[in-house]
Amino acid sequence: MTEINEPKEASLEKNSVAEPSPKAKPKVISLRKLKRGQSAIINSISAEGEMGRRIRDMGLIPGVHVKCMGHAPLKDPMAMRLMGFTLTLRNNEADYITVTA
Amino acid sequence: MSSDTVSVIAIAGNPNSGKTTAFNRYTGARQHVGNYPGITVEKKGGTAHIDGKEVTLVDLPGTYSLTAYSMEEVVARRVLAEDRPGAVIDVINAGVLDRNLYLSVQMMEMGIPLVLTLNMMDEAEAEGLNINIKRLEELTGLKCFPAVARKGEGLDDSLRAALALAEETHGRTNPLEISYGTDLDNSLLDMTPIVENAKLLTDMYPSRWVALKFLEGDKEIIHRATMANKEASDKLIALTDKVTKHLKDTLNTYPEAVIADYRYGWISSLLRNGVLEIKDDVLERTATSDKVDAVLTHRFVGPLILIGILYLMYYITIEVGNIPLGWTQTFFDWLHDLAGDSIQSAALRSLVTDGVISGVGSVLGFVPLIIIMFFLISILEDSGYMARVAYMMDRIFRIFGLHGASIMPFIISGGIAGGCAVPGVMATRTLRSPRERLATILTVPFMMCGAKIPVFLLFTSIFFKQNQAFIMFSFTLLGWVAALLVARLLRSTLIRGQATPFVMELPPYRLPLLSGVLIHTWERAWQYIKKAGTVILGISILIWAAMTYPGLPESYHQNIDSQLALMAENTAGLPEDAHNLISTNLENSESSQALRMSYAGRLGTFIEPLTKGAGFNWQTNIALIGGVAAKEVVISTLGTAYSLGAVDPDDSSSLQQRIEADPSWTMANSMALLLFTLLYSPCFVTLVVIKQESGKWRWLFFSLFFNLTLALVVATIANQVLSA
Repeated sequence: MTEINEPKEASLEKNSVAEPSPKAKPKVISLRKLKRGQSAIINSISAEGEMGRRIRDMGLIPGVHVKCMGHAPLKDPMAMRLMGFTLTLRNNEADYITVTA
Repeated sequence: MSSDTVSVIAIAGNPNSGKTTAFNRYTGARQHVGNYPGITVEKKGGTAHIDGKEVTLVDLPGTYSLTAYSMEEVVARRVLAEDRPGAVIDVINAGVLDRNLYLSVQMMEMGIPLVLTLNMMDEAEAEGLNINIKRLEELTGLKCFPAVARKGEGLDDSLRAALALAEETHGRTNPLEISYGTDLDNSLLDMTPIVENAKLLTDMYPSRWVALKFLEGDKEIIHRATMANKEASDKLIALTDKVTKHLKDTLNTYPEAVIADYRYGWISSLLRNGVLEIKDDVLERTATSDKVDAVLTHRFVGPLILIGILYLMYYITIEVGNIPLGWTQTFFDWLHDLAGDSIQSAALRSLVTDGVISGVGSVLGFVPLIIIMFFLISILEDSGYMARVAYMMDRIFRIFGLHGASIMPFIISGGIAGGCAVPGVMATRTLRSPRERLATILTVPFMMCGAKIPVFLLFTSIFFKQNQAFIMFSFTLLGWVAALLVARLLRSTLIRGQATPFVMELPPYRLPLLSGVLIHTWERAWQYIKKAGTVILGISILIWAAMTYPGLPESYHQNIDSQLALMAENTAGLPEDAHNLISTNLENSESSQALRMSYAGRLGTFIEPLTKGAGFNWQTNIALIGGVAAKEVVISTLGTAYSLGAVDPDDSSSLQQRIEADPSWTMANSMALLLFTLLYSPCFVTLVVIKQESGKWRWLFFSLFFNLTLALVVATIANQVLSA
């Protein structure tokens, strides 16, 4: 079995169709703040315990590209695209995650 | 390990990876569903045939990971470690390789022999993904097969490879050892020998893996290790604490997070190493699904369509379900009469007709509803729409400690008046969050089910003639209010605990496979008949006995007989009509007396002081006790208690006149009765299904007694306030 260990960059840059932001400076914001259609890279995850585990199990780890797909009709939960699938999470769960947008 | 483990192959994979489709393809109808003892996770097994060999297949619950947070994960891990299938077919959604391989990596860490089945290859290719299977095999050391489970492509190859692997490895292979960074690698170097020397769970798991679970803070493994060897476990915990503190101080993180990052890191470097290539010309993947979502989850249109679909679900389940329900009823009425005519002994006749046949009838009467409901729900689930329902409704239901997916059981139970709590409780299967699911199970019986409606029709037609429709509507709403408030109460008391993380996948829309939907539907209906059926039959005989025995004393019969004889003499000159009328009256008063003297009747009379506050007399009490058998029975029993003979719930005009003329019935206590009927104990079929779905008897008794108490308190208050 081949040993592969390059954990520096956490994930493949799939979905890297992120349109270049008109504002040049990338800022770190809460995942919740992403607008529909806006792409970002996950910066940090502060959730621990069950929540932290569930979030990571679904592939939300630093370095991953996400794109906001919008919000439910009552503005919560939110939906986003990452790694080729769509994930939803509640706004208060998204608060554990910061992204660079 | 016994030698037959070689031919046991487990199927693992993420939810929405097509794992169940693959399993259905392998086994066809040759599968059986049960529950793992004490929990409600489904245990699915079956047999497949390949190259003349019979293979036993185990379908593991779909999981994203093998940690021990959800019941599904605990079960999957236990089966892998303790039942030791010869090899595992890991079904992977080829379109979402990274996340699906996260589960594979964890199984490889456990030393489980794997075959990777890359499912939905056609879609992945259409989406512009180019997967180099050979390269993936080289880098993982595993056999990998492209597959399209819906069409059955690639499945035989996987199964053959899994069988060969099972014969070669007998369920254990060298565990994958990857690096989790210098800090954790060093800790593992210190910890692994401790695990080895103490032989800590090493009969089931690789020693480095056990150490890794200590670092991850895996409660289940730590607990079991501590039970086995406290000293060694304490050493491991101390080492874990040390590195945890170090990581916190230096990197502000913790071992579990680091381990997850490195696993994903391993996967992404593997994929970048020539396995996965994304063609540039395909910009937006799953584009069709997104377009559908733009409409179906649209801010305004989405909820409207949702209401429409929920109404359609309800309409088809209940309205269309009532057609076969009518047939079963006609059939059992016919059987009832047939048996009634052909059995001589009165006691035996009553047992067979009112006990057994009515009991079997009430078990099977629900089967059409359950079949239709699960057929529709399977379609909604397999198409991907159910996840959208949860997504859209979650904001509202979360307030009450429930989950967006709770709406479906509520609607089916009578969220639109006229549902049924039996399929409603069973519909909670779609909820994957255990606390939210239990709270839903326990509160759906408050809804306005179809069997409560005759009681409402009767009393509103007497006391609320002017605004009958409005009252009916208000009570349907009241059912919602009661259910949601009780859910809130339960979630902050008995089923307390943080909301289960919502984090949920919205799978792309797909056309459901008819075979899958049918298998799923049949499994559920059969489970209901087999498991709930026997219990329901037993209880219905018990209820029959309580309403029949001990019967009237011999002297009473003699009295009636002599009255009849006397009447025959005195009425000799009267027309036959009058004659019949009098004898019917006598018979009715006899059955009324018999009911009063029965155990249920005595109980009804005995508790009269308790229900006085609510304004219920013994007749009402007996009727309500009978209503635990089925809510329709309230009307017919009330008829018997009022010496009217058994009243048909669908035509209760004789009872209506009787109650109108009775001064003991007022607006206040009839309102109390309606409130009581809405809220009190679910019928026992629902109770049995609650036990079956929650896995615990205690929730059956809770529903019985809590709902009774709640109903009595509310009814008493209503009666007192309204009659004041």
